[in-house]
Amino acid sequence: MSEHSIELTVNGRRFQERVEARVTLGDFLREQLGYTGTHLACEHGVCGACTIRLDGIAVRSCLMFAVQADGAEITTVEGAAAADGTLNPVQQAMRECHALQCGFCTPGVVMTLTSLTDGDQKPDEETLLKAMSGHLCRCTGYQGIRKVIKRLTADGVVEPAGEPA
Amino acid sequence: MSAPAIGATRYIGQRTLRKEDLRLLTGRGTFTDDVRVPGALHVAFIRSQIARGRITVLDLSHAREVPGVHAVLSAEDLGDLNVKLSNMHLKDEGGPPTRPLSGDYVSYVGDPVAMVIADSRYIAEDAAALAWIEYEEEDPLITCADAMDGAVVHPGTENNIVRQVGTPPNPKFDEIVAGAAHVVTGTVRHQRIAQSTMETRGVVSNPTGSGELTVHIGCQSTHVAAAAIAQAFALSENQVRVIAKDVGGGFGLKAQPWREEIAAIAASLHLRRPVKWIEDRLEALTTSCPARESDITLTLAFDADAKLIAVDCDYNSNNGAYPHMPDAGMPVMMFLPGPYRMPAYRFRGRAWHTNTVGLGGYRAPWAIEAMIRESVLDKAARQIGIDPVEIRRRNLLTESEVPTRNPLGIPIDNITPVACLDKLLTKVDVAAFRAEQAAARAEGRYLGLGIATYIEPTAAVGIFPLWSDQASIRIDHAGKVTANLSTHSQGHGIETTHAQIIAEQLGVHVDDVTIFQEDSTRSGFGPGAAGSRQAVIAGGAVIRASKLLVDKIKTVAAHALNANPDDVTIANGVVHIAGAEAMTRSLAEIAALAYGDPQRLPPGMESGLEAQYRYAPPSMFTHASAAHACVLEVDAETGFTTILRWVSSEDCGVQINPAIVEGQIAGGLAQAIGCVLHEEFTIDARGNPTAVTFKDYHLPAITDIPVFEYTHITTPSASEGGFRGVGEGGMIIGGATLLNAVADAMVPFGPLPEDLPMTPAKLLRMITSRSAA
Repeated sequence: MSEHSIELTVNGRRFQERVEARVTLGDFLREQLGYTGTHLACEHGVCGACTIRLDGIAVRSCLMFAVQADGAEITTVEGAAAADGTLNPVQQAMRECHALQCGFCTPGVVMTLTSLTDGDQKPDEETLLKAMSGHLCRCTGYQGIRKVIKRLTADGVVEPAGEPA
Repeated sequence: MSAPAIGATRYIGQRTLRKEDLRLLTGRGTFTDDVRVPGALHVAFIRSQIARGRITVLDLSHAREVPGVHAVLSAEDLGDLNVKLSNMHLKDEGGPPTRPLSGDYVSYVGDPVAMVIADSRYIAEDAAALAWIEYEEEDPLITCADAMDGAVVHPGTENNIVRQVGTPPNPKFDEIVAGAAHVVTGTVRHQRIAQSTMETRGVVSNPTGSGELTVHIGCQSTHVAAAAIAQAFALSENQVRVIAKDVGGGFGLKAQPWREEIAAIAASLHLRRPVKWIEDRLEALTTSCPARESDITLTLAFDADAKLIAVDCDYNSNNGAYPHMPDAGMPVMMFLPGPYRMPAYRFRGRAWHTNTVGLGGYRAPWAIEAMIRESVLDKAARQIGIDPVEIRRRNLLTESEVPTRNPLGIPIDNITPVACLDKLLTKVDVAAFRAEQAAARAEGRYLGLGIATYIEPTAAVGIFPLWSDQASIRIDHAGKVTANLSTHSQGHGIETTHAQIIAEQLGVHVDDVTIFQEDSTRSGFGPGAAGSRQAVIAGGAVIRASKLLVDKIKTVAAHALNANPDDVTIANGVVHIAGAEAMTRSLAEIAALAYGDPQRLPPGMESGLEAQYRYAPPSMFTHASAAHACVLEVDAETGFTTILRWVSSEDCGVQINPAIVEGQIAGGLAQAIGCVLHEEFTIDARGNPTAVTFKDYHLPAITDIPVFEYTHITTPSASEGGFRGVGEGGMIIGGATLLNAVADAMVPFGPLPEDLPMTPAKLLRMITSRSAA
């Protein structure tokens, strides 16, 4: 079992670590660095729960080895909100749209939607819907996530959080 | 509805944002695998690779030699710790004992026979792969039909029947059916469903001291888990502390600790070390108590006016080798009459052992009753030549006919299925749809409309531990509110809903109320999430406990301020005396007085502001009612079903938080859509599960689920607060509604196949065979 030295940045903090070649990035982030916000739900790349951002791009941390992240800049869900705890627009929309129940798939949803909408990006609804088809949620029937997508792709006008009863 | 005791702060009925979400959206939840205990060892199971046979060689020596392995334990090694398990009712149901690890005889693929305990899961899996097992393989029984005439699954038993249920004999039954104007029969064969909680099962067991065991476990009730663990290891409940902060979905799977969790706890007791087991998805999709597999045949007999005169049902359930508890359809039998008049009713249900993983209960375990009843009603409507809505109208119990009892004696009162149907039909124009459908068919497009009605038996009381829930609420010396509830949430949002109830009752801000429910030692006993009960029963408990506190606040404030208790009100955390504005005090001031100034309390009054109440609702069931409609299209070229519209018309009484109510309906509907169109736990002829990844086991994705439309009726229940449960309704009515819509679309091609799911391949086969004919 070979160990390797890697250096990477996670949520703005530099780490120099030794890691076995076979350890997945997801396990490494959770077990070795303590970023347990990244959830492993299928470990074969289908459910999307373990999605993180690697050099800005949403990737599934169960499908990479930690050694492959040498030199990378990673953001996990713990790094999605502002330093003072202010939720990012995706997190805020998810809260206001009741887009989660048990919250286990939620970190991956947050990271994918954030990676596709932050900065100057202006994706259309179809793009985000397709991206979300790679995230499985067993609780919500995706109703809140659909509302979040509408809100993130709305032109200026923000819909109210819910319809009247 | 019970009006808030005092105060004007309104929270009931508000779409209050969830308190849980701040931690869950920022990666700061605490799920089972997030719990770190220093020195914890990790479990990997060694499982049977065959479905049935005797183990002739179990060689664990190579596994034991792997560096980092602390122990490899078989049933024999566990000895007295390889205990007999009980179900969530903490009862021994008789029958073959279920133990954590099987000994020398295995009964399904994945049957755990040993476990490696190592420094890491990686090492544990390395070692598990080195176990050498030889078997004398026997032919497995896979289906109920196999079980009916096959060699017994559990040696020493007489046959493969786990349990039978049925209605008492009615000598006139056949005569009634013989005299019917119309007799219609249908069958549904429900596939096996993998429960697929996004967080798999898991446990961290830490024997912390003499007679003291701390267990973090994915569960639906910390109390039931603690009691089951205590019972398993001959401890008393007060020696077991179960903690479960965040649980990533339960649905029935986590209603009781089962073989693997108990095995890991046994290992921790055996080694006197903290031990962790986190199920992986392969284990979850193969060995994690799946659900539903059953077949049901229903015969409806009508008079000339299409009114039901007799109903006959036969049910068989594939319980697998070690079910969570015997399922011979007792709740199916109880609830199949639903909201309809059924003058004569006959039911026979049998549960069968097979060489498959044991069945578990999954959200509305009886839901097939609605699926078969509503689909045969539609079939009857087509056969008799009346509208599906009309056949329901002729048979639904009207409000003037209740209270009544269903054929099994279950009290039916305070239900509104007709009102729900009426409201549904204000949203869905059936006549316009029929015209659209006819026009589409002329173009070779196949649209379908499904409508179904039901009542949901929520908040059951009458069998332990399903009786009552408890709330313990305290206002601290600074005026903030802490409530310890007997509940448990696996996504239900109880930290929010029950804080809303308390805030409204006490007249404080919802942000000033914090709910705790994650520790079995902190709150009173309760069954947690089971049977859509927590809004109703724990909701009643928090109202009653709040009222006790309000009374005390009034008494304390009135005494200290020399006022009449009836003149005291609280709003926005401020205590007012009517007509004496100068006497206004913050709740914090009254609380400080209650805790710190006993001489200003009425003589003899205990200090502090603390109250608790254990509540049980007045009825055996608090029924919710609903009618749903679904419009869909089946693509004649691909057989693919696209749901175009879904409307829910629901009466769950007073809604605490409509966003959370709709979340429960939507989640149930999505799971029902999975059952009817997508999901299937497949098993080959040798007993091997064959849908073992989420590539093969198709959970519905966002693109499979439409936007749901909701409309609500609010008829308060007789329970404190007027709440009704809503957790399982979407699942119960969703499958029935969708199956009816698919059948309606496919009418030109004949009746649907009996076996779920209605995959594109099956529907295309219908379409092409009919086209070819």
